[in-house]
Amino acid sequence: MTIECPTPRHEEEVVLLGHGAGGRLTEELLDTLVLPAVGETEGPLEDAALLPGRPDLVMSTDSFVVSPLFFPGGDIGSLAVHGTINDLAMRGARPLALSVSLIIEEGLPLSELRAVMASLGKAAQDAGVPVITGDTKVVGRGAADRLFINTTGVGQRHAPMCPSAANARPGDVVLLSGPIGLHGTTVLSTREGLGFEGDIASDSRPLHRLVHALAPLGAAVHVLRDPTRGGLAASLNEIARDSSVAVEIEESAVPVPQAVASACDLLGLDPLVVANEGCMVAFVEPEAAEEALTAMRSVPEGAQSVRIGEVLHEGPLGRATLRTLVGARRIVEMPLGEQLPRIC
Amino acid sequence: MKYLDEYRDPALARRLLEELRRTAGRPWRIMEVCGGQTHTLVRQGIDELLPAGMRMIHGPGCPVCVTPLETLDRAMAIAARPGVIFTSFGDMLRVPGSETDLLSLRARGADVRVVYAPMDAVRLAAANPDREVVFLAVGFETTAPANATAVLHAARLGLTNFSMLVSHVLVPPAMTALLEDPDCEVQAFLAAGHVCAVMGWTEYEPIAARYRVPIVVTGFEPLDLLEGVLMAVRQLEGGRFEVENQYVRAVRRSGNTDAQEAVRKVFQVTDRSWRGIGALPDSGLELADAYAGFDAARRFDVGGLRPVEDPECIAGAILTGARLPTDCPAYGTRCTPRHPLGAPMVSSEGTCAAFHAAGRTASARSTP
Repeated sequence: MTIECPTPRHEEEVVLLGHGAGGRLTEELLDTLVLPAVGETEGPLEDAALLPGRPDLVMSTDSFVVSPLFFPGGDIGSLAVHGTINDLAMRGARPLALSVSLIIEEGLPLSELRAVMASLGKAAQDAGVPVITGDTKVVGRGAADRLFINTTGVGQRHAPMCPSAANARPGDVVLLSGPIGLHGTTVLSTREGLGFEGDIASDSRPLHRLVHALAPLGAAVHVLRDPTRGGLAASLNEIARDSSVAVEIEESAVPVPQAVASACDLLGLDPLVVANEGCMVAFVEPEAAEEALTAMRSVPEGAQSVRIGEVLHEGPLGRATLRTLVGARRIVEMPLGEQLPRIC
Repeated sequence: MKYLDEYRDPALARRLLEELRRTAGRPWRIMEVCGGQTHTLVRQGIDELLPAGMRMIHGPGCPVCVTPLETLDRAMAIAARPGVIFTSFGDMLRVPGSETDLLSLRARGADVRVVYAPMDAVRLAAANPDREVVFLAVGFETTAPANATAVLHAARLGLTNFSMLVSHVLVPPAMTALLEDPDCEVQAFLAAGHVCAVMGWTEYEPIAARYRVPIVVTGFEPLDLLEGVLMAVRQLEGGRFEVENQYVRAVRRSGNTDAQEAVRKVFQVTDRSWRGIGALPDSGLELADAYAGFDAARRFDVGGLRPVEDPECIAGAILTGARLPTDCPAYGTRCTPRHPLGAPMVSSEGTCAAFHAAGRTASARSTP
């Protein structure tokens, strides 16, 4: 039994859950409908954008609709802070300030809202990022599911670091800061009562200190990505596509916690496409790889950093491949869409 | 759950492959019946590391793929009814019917829900006495016991708002049908470990003897499959045609007799049409007369269904192993997971989906 991303066959007139899932359907929606309406910008779609005229500043916005509101390892409040901080960090920036907008469904117990806001406030304080503006809306019962949060952040780049999904180069080493699949499987297990909640917790956490540790390497850090919706598979495909390179990873090198592997086996999911909220992929120049690994391991959120692959000098451009456990090579497909709806 | 690592050890996998190369003296043709095994073979590239000329034939063991189009159309007609909560395992939601799929129905307002066990649907029915809760019960012998138990539980609770649309299929009749085909190339079978965990393997013994084919009950991890193939090849090289059990940690010869008893009580054997293959006698399960009240097909009169298959899809040839997905002109172009023409491109166990997920094309095979 598995859960798969929605895909329409004959009907194209309505939005499906899969359109918000971070895979191919989301790409289609952006390319054909959203971006043409707002005026397309140059370059790849990144986690955060450099401000026009102020390339030292970075901006990002993200909405959080996770269900349930509370899960092992986090909640929608702390996730809303971590998610936007991490989007800024992936462009090599330290967070300067956040805005927080709440859309609350009538009937939400104040105790739950209080707990979410306390967690949100603590996460911002722990990260050293002030919340400087915001908005509150309440909608009628049924018009939203309990609570949605939008956070927008502004960050200051660690110059000369300027990582971008389009900067991967042949020879680059691919590093991963920790185990994959924890967030998606935790949220799903909690929501559906699958019983894995006791063994796993979301990896939701801020990654700006991990990026700060890499700052001394400057321009040797080519790409940073936190593989959220669509998981590692989506991130690697996006980087391969935007940089027009061939990325290859070693299956046996990718850390998958036992409980994640078990949950994925039960559900027919691939850990490579399950969302994360607290790990990072870094593409760095080969000469700087060891130094980068040491720097990443020097902070708690990167203690389990490993080398998982490289950018090939020859290979299928724009594609990510994987060396399997038995030594064969296969393409890592861009997921059609995340199989787990509303995980962030 | 430490066992996973032990069955995914790269060094052991390489040793098994070397042993297989030393053992295989001829280009044998072995069919893995189960779609879950197909996915492991293709995702790991095991099928392309086999000794030269040796080939795995991907079998019809994907329950999503073989569910008849008429059943799917009936499911959608029922799901579209007001007051119905239609429940199913996730895979079934994307399978194209004649006109639409369950997910598109859901986007248009139908109450279609993914469940992880049939008992979830029973609980939904108990919690929603004013709604009709319908569960789409598909699958091989593996899922039949849980579905039977759900019906027994619903009967004990006295639920009158719970029903099942049943389309269970049985493995041995399908294997027999394949072997009866004069064009059949299969020289040995890997039998599905989870089916045999329920049923045991006594049903397979007469098949192995009558058709002179080795049958190896096999698990689903990479090392399980490599060992299963090696055991089949050893039999073929030695001229033996027996049922052997590779999956000793999960399967006994007699299977799970309690589970079999539940299935016998709730279901009865019936002829079944397999999507892409056609009608096979005594190859399915339907609700027994005593539990006919839980039969959604009887409870909901949806009128005359006229299922229409996409003419371009070669699912039948794929499901019988006669053709590979990459032989299909629509594969990867007009037929993708985004726009599937047929079930094998939808299901997580479908051969076409497995090939597509591993990036296989007619010209780009995985390379060792």
